[in-house]
Amino acid sequence: MIRHLTGRILVPGSAEGRALVSPGPLSFWGGFNPKTGEIVDRRHELSGQIITGRVFVLPGGKGSSTGSACLLEGIRAGTAPAAILLLKADPILALGAIVADELYGRSVPILVLPEEEFRSLRDGDQVAIERDGRMTVGSPDAG
Amino acid sequence: MTIRLTDRDRQMLEGLCGEGTRLAMSILVRMAEAYGAGDLLDVTQAHIDGCGFLSDASLEFAETLASRGAKVSIPTTLNMGPLDLQNWKAFGVREDFAAKAIRQAKAYTDMGCIPTWTCAPYQGYLTPRFGQQIAWGESNAVVYANSVLGARTERYGDYIDICAAITGRVPRQGLHLTENRKGQLLVRLVGFDQARLREEAFWPAFGHFLGPAVGDRIPVIEGLPPEATDDQLKAFGAAAASSGAVALFHAVGLTPEAPTLAEAFQGGRPEGTLEVHPADLAAAAADLSTADEGAPVAVVLLGCPHFSFAEFRRLADLVRLAPGKSRVGFIVITSTQTHALLLRSDMPAALADFGVRITLDTCMFHTPMVAPGTQVIMTNSGKCAYYAPGELGVKVAFGSLADCVRSAIEGRVCREGRR
Repeated sequence: MIRHLTGRILVPGSAEGRALVSPGPLSFWGGFNPKTGEIVDRRHELSGQIITGRVFVLPGGKGSSTGSACLLEGIRAGTAPAAILLLKADPILALGAIVADELYGRSVPILVLPEEEFRSLRDGDQVAIERDGRMTVGSPDAG
Repeated sequence: MTIRLTDRDRQMLEGLCGEGTRLAMSILVRMAEAYGAGDLLDVTQAHIDGCGFLSDASLEFAETLASRGAKVSIPTTLNMGPLDLQNWKAFGVREDFAAKAIRQAKAYTDMGCIPTWTCAPYQGYLTPRFGQQIAWGESNAVVYANSVLGARTERYGDYIDICAAITGRVPRQGLHLTENRKGQLLVRLVGFDQARLREEAFWPAFGHFLGPAVGDRIPVIEGLPPEATDDQLKAFGAAAASSGAVALFHAVGLTPEAPTLAEAFQGGRPEGTLEVHPADLAAAAADLSTADEGAPVAVVLLGCPHFSFAEFRRLADLVRLAPGKSRVGFIVITSTQTHALLLRSDMPAALADFGVRITLDTCMFHTPMVAPGTQVIMTNSGKCAYYAPGELGVKVAFGSLADCVRSAIEGRVCREGRR
């Protein structure tokens, strides 16, 4: 089954990847290791998972503003997710991706989705994001 | 969405004020879009949190701005850095790390920042005024500036802080706007006697309790003693901004936007009421300690946020009366400005005699003050106690300043009322 969604663009860009859905918010500072791409917050539901190259579906950021630096370093090092889809706009993550774009000319698109569309995303969905905010989602279970 | 820009904004964005300023303005305009702001507003002071070397990207960002000729356009102070710039070798900081940290420090001072290197800028140089629009980073400084001084800042972190300092502009949104500074949650202290409210440990314990309890709402606190000191409010705010995300609180009769309860809520009604009882704060204080009573203490760490002159005075008074000297490491962190005053006071000999070691410019979480393998540290700071177990891998004992002095003499955790 193929679905089409549209998100509000925080940071524009095109990307493609498999969804990884986080039940709870994550602080990238202390929660994401930019050397390895691993979620290292040991109290987080996805602790130990690698988010590199995934379309990271996250209800929101939280915690220290140093999260911007951790996402930027992840983009620089090539360990960042392919894209981040949020339920709630997060200026900390947006800043990391915007600075990466300005500094290195490469970035991670960040979009905010309406609640119903956000909740419709499942682990493993194949997600393609266009620069204008339109997204195509294919669920593997429905072919 | 399009951001409304002034002619001056557009000149900066088009590179007419130099390539470094163009980069800063471009980031700010894109952030204004992300925030959903309609335009930018002027700020007249900045405090930079992103000046400490954190990663190669943070160094590249600073050096890119500096090499493209960016200069700050407003008075801009610097937060504590990752090392004691004078004495880093004594702490065993790695040479390659120090070299990068010093390069990053130079990039910020080359851009015209004032090398204050302190996380308590409100107790040093250039204290903001009531109502002043500023762009500050560092969570404890943000909550103090907004709440105690009545200046107006969002929580600005790495990168956007220096962009604001260069351009003198920030997105018009958040705590810069009067309507967003309205109290939301009424917090009532119930059953506290006056003696309890004067106890030093009350403040960090209350902050530690309040952070998660208020979430993202602005608390209005009723029942705090009007004679609260700057240092008590500092300890309270730092703890609340560590355990939670508090960027602004009002305290009725104490902070400038809350002369009365009605004014704190801007004439509106509270969204809810939270009653706080002495048992809540006893639990919060216990939660700040992970070490047992009587456990051997390796080092006492004070100055999170940086120790003020008045805090040194209280420490000096305690050690002069103390029945012995510290048997453990005893580190106090402060700024060069406070240290300069300290050196001209009558205190240095008494402090040194007790075993106090003073460190400047930096932070216990950024420079290796705590030796590997250390089991237990002790502190009077709620912020330090909150972060130390995770960041330093130690057990922590939280107590009053007097408890810290007593424990240092005994060499073990030894707190009043628990002996």
